[in-house]
Amino acid sequence: MLYRSARCAYCGAVLIVIANQCLAQQQDWAGYIAFEPRIFFEEPKYDQHPHNGLSPSAVVSPEFRYEWHEGSDRITIIPFYRYDADDENRTHWDLREANWQHFRGPWTWLLGVGKVFWGVTESRHLVDIINQTDLVEDIDEEQKLGQPMINLEHWSEGGTLSLFLLPGFRERTFPANNARLRGPLPISNHDAVYDSGAGDQHLDIALRWTKSVTNWDIGLSGFYGNGREPRLVPTLVASGSVFLVPHYDVISQLGVDIQYTQEAWLWKLEAIGRSGQGDDFGAFAGGVEYTFYGIRGTNVDIGLLAEYLYDARDDAAPATSLDDDVFVGARFTLNDADDTNILVGAIVDPADGETIAFVEAQRRMGERWTLEFELRLLTNISEDGRLYGFEKDSYMTLRTSWYF
Amino acid sequence: MKHFVKIIGLLLACTQVTGVAQNSTTLTPEARGLAIAREASHRNEGYGDTTADLTMDLISVDGRTRQRVLSWQILESDNPEDGDKALTIFHEPRDIAGTGFLSHTHISREDDQWLYLPSLKRVKRIASANKSSAFVGSEFAYEDLLSDEVEKFSYRWIRDEPCGNWQCFVVERVPVYDNSGYSREIVWIEQSDYRIYKTDFYDLKDKLEKTLYFEDYHQYLDRFWRAHVLRMENVQTGKKTVLTFKPYLFQTGLTEQAFSPDALKRIR
Repeated sequence: MLYRSARCAYCGAVLIVIANQCLAQQQDWAGYIAFEPRIFFEEPKYDQHPHNGLSPSAVVSPEFRYEWHEGSDRITIIPFYRYDADDENRTHWDLREANWQHFRGPWTWLLGVGKVFWGVTESRHLVDIINQTDLVEDIDEEQKLGQPMINLEHWSEGGTLSLFLLPGFRERTFPANNARLRGPLPISNHDAVYDSGAGDQHLDIALRWTKSVTNWDIGLSGFYGNGREPRLVPTLVASGSVFLVPHYDVISQLGVDIQYTQEAWLWKLEAIGRSGQGDDFGAFAGGVEYTFYGIRGTNVDIGLLAEYLYDARDDAAPATSLDDDVFVGARFTLNDADDTNILVGAIVDPADGETIAFVEAQRRMGERWTLEFELRLLTNISEDGRLYGFEKDSYMTLRTSWYF
Repeated sequence: MKHFVKIIGLLLACTQVTGVAQNSTTLTPEARGLAIAREASHRNEGYGDTTADLTMDLISVDGRTRQRVLSWQILESDNPEDGDKALTIFHEPRDIAGTGFLSHTHISREDDQWLYLPSLKRVKRIASANKSSAFVGSEFAYEDLLSDEVEKFSYRWIRDEPCGNWQCFVVERVPVYDNSGYSREIVWIEQSDYRIYKTDFYDLKDKLEKTLYFEDYHQYLDRFWRAHVLRMENVQTGKKTVLTFKPYLFQTGLTEQAFSPDALKRIR
């Protein structure tokens, strides 16, 4: 981890030097600074966890872009740093992006650390596999670490084909031993075990094809390499205590994501087939989003979301709590000058009632400030459920960001 | 973007003032209205592609102004079944910098729209039923900004009358596409170059809701007229939105590829 960070720092520095040597014609500085206290509502389940309910944290993430050759070449550098008062692992830095892009006719070339998103559903991103999850950022798994890559993309009327060579694996981040949201056992952050003899140097490969035809948006993808999801294996360490050690397996995964859009309806489906972690298995997430526009003559839009999640993996694969779950949600978009919007939702396991409920609300204040509120509630947690270790970890975040 | 294009469409124009729309007194009001719309559209044909940087000022009732900075790229369709393609990129406010909105308009089926969220690197197809929704909190609805194809309305010529320093056709048009927030629009089109002078929008209760004024016209390539100021006034709420354009660029060589959903990822 440290080694990788140092290496990223090095390549970032080189890119900055290169960027500065170019004549400063089309350069752009942007980014944000955020202050975001978290508030945990309950006393922690485990004694090692901090007992203060208020946990301050701050983020800075500048963005630098430089373009030349009339925009056909671009360097992007986006470092990210978080300080967290209570979780030493959440205090971390990362290069979200540090890459050179070259656009030439139908070809796009990206070299360096990049970020890619694949998929259509809201509650789970099955198909999305290029970037590792930066789990200490948010338990919703939507925050990602930068991924070193060589990406070549070709556009044609027949669709967009994108090839990824991914050297340099990124390990998932986990909360520190004495931090909230860790679960029942501490997670070892420095001793990951790899299925592949090449370890984190395994060259992963991915290929994706996308096409939009009339009301359909279709994506097909394939991946071979270190799976991004680790198995967490309880291991007795020298000190005599038991740690969860992340095991990364070499997997093959095929994915399909489809959205059908008609009038106010969005129909979404993501499905994967994966081998390399226990028996071959499939998983899917599918559902609908329907939006009522201009409620009662106002500018307010209300979107209703419902998705079903199914995952057939066995116990030899990384555990997931989303094996047979239902997601329902509502999105309120005020369409006002402050871009106010609110998303309320819950993922429920119909078998035992385990529920992760959430609220995400945000609005702009003035031209450069935004205010965001996030609530994560874990309720109805059963003793033999996968979320049992987190039952006392419901929290809310109030994030104030300043953009420059 | 509709108005933009619409406007453009309608406004555009060239040198010959012609026959059908102006001279035929024997036509029915409907046929005459349609002929005027067709002529206005005809005068915008051949612009190829166009790019413009603009500011969008949202002005509240008490005069407080919030500014957005954006750029527009528009590609003229060469397929009679399709309308124009348009890409909006936001630069300010900074928290939405790099956000892209892509629309492909169609004549005989619903439009396609995609949103690009740069922080997530996510391209998202969005429903096209949002026609009447406010565009980023402005007084412009999405339908006001989408490409304005002749076939998307039915027309009726009402009268001719002076408008500012010009002589105008006054034409009523009724959206025939789904999900419009308007019962009808009244458009004042000046008679020499078919530029729009202003448009009145009537809500679904047939009450006047908004008036859009087109100001500061400039001519490009000796043919195409573009208004550099679009002023939308909501007469029901008192709020205003003003679009102020920098000089337009024409025929910069934009391709179909630049308007594909995957190209949104190139924004940033």
